Amino acid sequence: MQPVIVSQLKKTYGKEKSVAVNNISFSVNRGELFGLIGPDGAGKTSVFRMLTTLLIPDGGSATVEGFDIVKDYSAIRNTVGYMPGKFSLYPDLTIQENIHFFATIFNTSIEENYYLIKDIYVQLERFKNRRAGKLSGGMKQKLALCCALIHKPTVLFLDEPTTGVDPVSRKEFWEMLRRLKESNITIVVSTPYMDEASLCDRIALIQNGSLLSIDAPQQITAAYPDILFAIRAGSMPLLLRSLGKYPKIKSAYAFGEYAHASFNDAAIQSEEIHHYLKGEGFNDIAVKKTEPTIEDCFIHLLKN
Amino acid sequence: MKQFLTFVQKEFYHVLRDRKTLLILFGMPMVQILIFGFALTNEVKNTKLMIVDHAKDLASAQLTAQIEASRYFEIEKSVSDHRQIEASFKEGSVKVVLVFPLHFYESLLHENKSQVQIIADASDPNTATTLINYLNAIIQDYATELKNPLSIPYQIIPETKMLYNPQLKGAHNFVPGVMALVLMLVCVMMTAVSIVREKETGTMEVLLVSPFKPILVILSKAIPYLLLSLVNVISILLVSVFVLDLPVKGSIFLLFAESTLFIITCLTLGIFISIKTSSQQVAMLISLMGMLLPTILFSGFMFPIENMPIPLQIISNIIPAKWFYIIVKAIMIKGLSFAGIWKETLILLGITIFLLIVSLKSFKIRLA
Repeated sequence: MQPVIVSQLKKTYGKEKSVAVNNISFSVNRGELFGLIGPDGAGKTSVFRMLTTLLIPDGGSATVEGFDIVKDYSAIRNTVGYMPGKFSLYPDLTIQENIHFFATIFNTSIEENYYLIKDIYVQLERFKNRRAGKLSGGMKQKLALCCALIHKPTVLFLDEPTTGVDPVSRKEFWEMLRRLKESNITIVVSTPYMDEASLCDRIALIQNGSLLSIDAPQQITAAYPDILFAIRAGSMPLLLRSLGKYPKIKSAYAFGEYAHASFNDAAIQSEEIHHYLKGEGFNDIAVKKTEPTIEDCFIHLLKN
Repeated sequence: MKQFLTFVQKEFYHVLRDRKTLLILFGMPMVQILIFGFALTNEVKNTKLMIVDHAKDLASAQLTAQIEASRYFEIEKSVSDHRQIEASFKEGSVKVVLVFPLHFYESLLHENKSQVQIIADASDPNTATTLINYLNAIIQDYATELKNPLSIPYQIIPETKMLYNPQLKGAHNFVPGVMALVLMLVCVMMTAVSIVREKETGTMEVLLVSPFKPILVILSKAIPYLLLSLVNVISILLVSVFVLDLPVKGSIFLLFAESTLFIITCLTLGIFISIKTSSQQVAMLISLMGMLLPTILFSGFMFPIENMPIPLQIISNIIPAKWFYIIVKAIMIKGLSFAGIWKETLILLGITIFLLIVSLKSFKIRLA
């Protein structure tokens, strides 16, 4: 049985019934690293809170390890590990005390499941008597992961674990998640960073409470219908304006130092675009074909 | 059980590592009891008094000596000139003036009565009244001492006896009042804030998604404050006995038992506030405005409840501090046993059970 099955889940807030999660359905396979990818306010946290039994859905149903999220809430609370988006440990307790506290609360001990957190814990060990509030952002998240893992959950819910963390620590954090997969722990993770999507086994793109697409990241990028060009030429606003006036243009948007553009003509070549831009008065033009990323797919899906 | 103990231990870390909390917890009760015990008494001591003695005879000298012997008055200077009275008042160097007329002793002997004039600075009417009463009492005392028992056939002298507190010490009222106030503040505010803090920092979210029973979260939060409050009760009693000279007349154990009951009442109140609020500021504000003010107004230790309009008297009945104040006064000052306070204890117990049930009913096992 799949550890997480979500069907037609819905959540509204307030008297005006503003919809946060709109009839979404997905399921997660055993031992999978499943990513919920979407911008802030897309409904990721609401989904996580419903799956961790903190909120009651307004419609639909879901099971975690076969337990219903409303009826069997206490069974779910015994099995899952949860790391909320906000840093949720005790800042006035030391690293050691925090882990010990959460281990005890979950009826286990640090020694019993040390092998699970060992990789992460060795990085924290030097500071084990430092108070959690005095740690850097990356260290805090590693500590929170330790605390969420210490009771050996079969499903781990991580709500935006890398938000506000520096790029190096983010990379380290994802490496840890990949290693955890080897212990056969199912991980559901959410993130607003599209570049992290490719690190998941499967992802669900979410926007305004609805799912745009669910698949492996490679499948999603492979499904991108057009040929994508990365174009660089002088100032970005002028370049985007000129591309917008080009008759064959389908979409053009800034993507780092390049503009990503797709065209209605499937046979279009770099030289043609180069020529057009030269005619528009640009110098130092670079045009090349590029592979679409998850972010390109996300933008494409949003437009349709 | 191990879970529970670890949780309680964690709560102690929170309290002991936060200097501000510690200061509020232990500093505030001490400061309050000392301020109320010493500074804010309504006794008037060492008032400057001026004597204008036109008589200069045996009686005026004896009476002056008696006034000087009391601790209420300090004789500033003796003059024989009327005109200096007004000047001294304006200067503010004296508050009361006592004028002996000529032939004071003579008329007392021959006519069986004599007069003195008391002039008081009534810009503060309460103080002036108190001073005049003190002075009258001393003069009456002297007159009774002096009188020839044969010369006056009938005399009705009201004999007032101040029960339980013969010297009318201010501290007698304040210690039970401060105890109620301090326990109320510490228990209600501290528990409310400490539970709401878990909500605010998001740790409640993690605790909810754990096998630990939510209701145990609440209980293990209350226990450290129960213990710390009992330490407070001990320290308040120590100060009142050794610094304010106010002994505990009744049973210490009874006093502790009743204090424990009141602390539990306050803790449940704090828990109730914490369930209903979601930020530390709101919890603090409600504890201060909603608990501190009614405690001061309606417990009877600042303002007598008997003088209030009926609706306010009725409201005062739901204030737990009122009943605790009555209980502590009964045990500490009157030295009553449980038989004398069972009714108040029962009411306090009722309030506690009611609050506990309401809190448990409204406790949420989820967010929102």
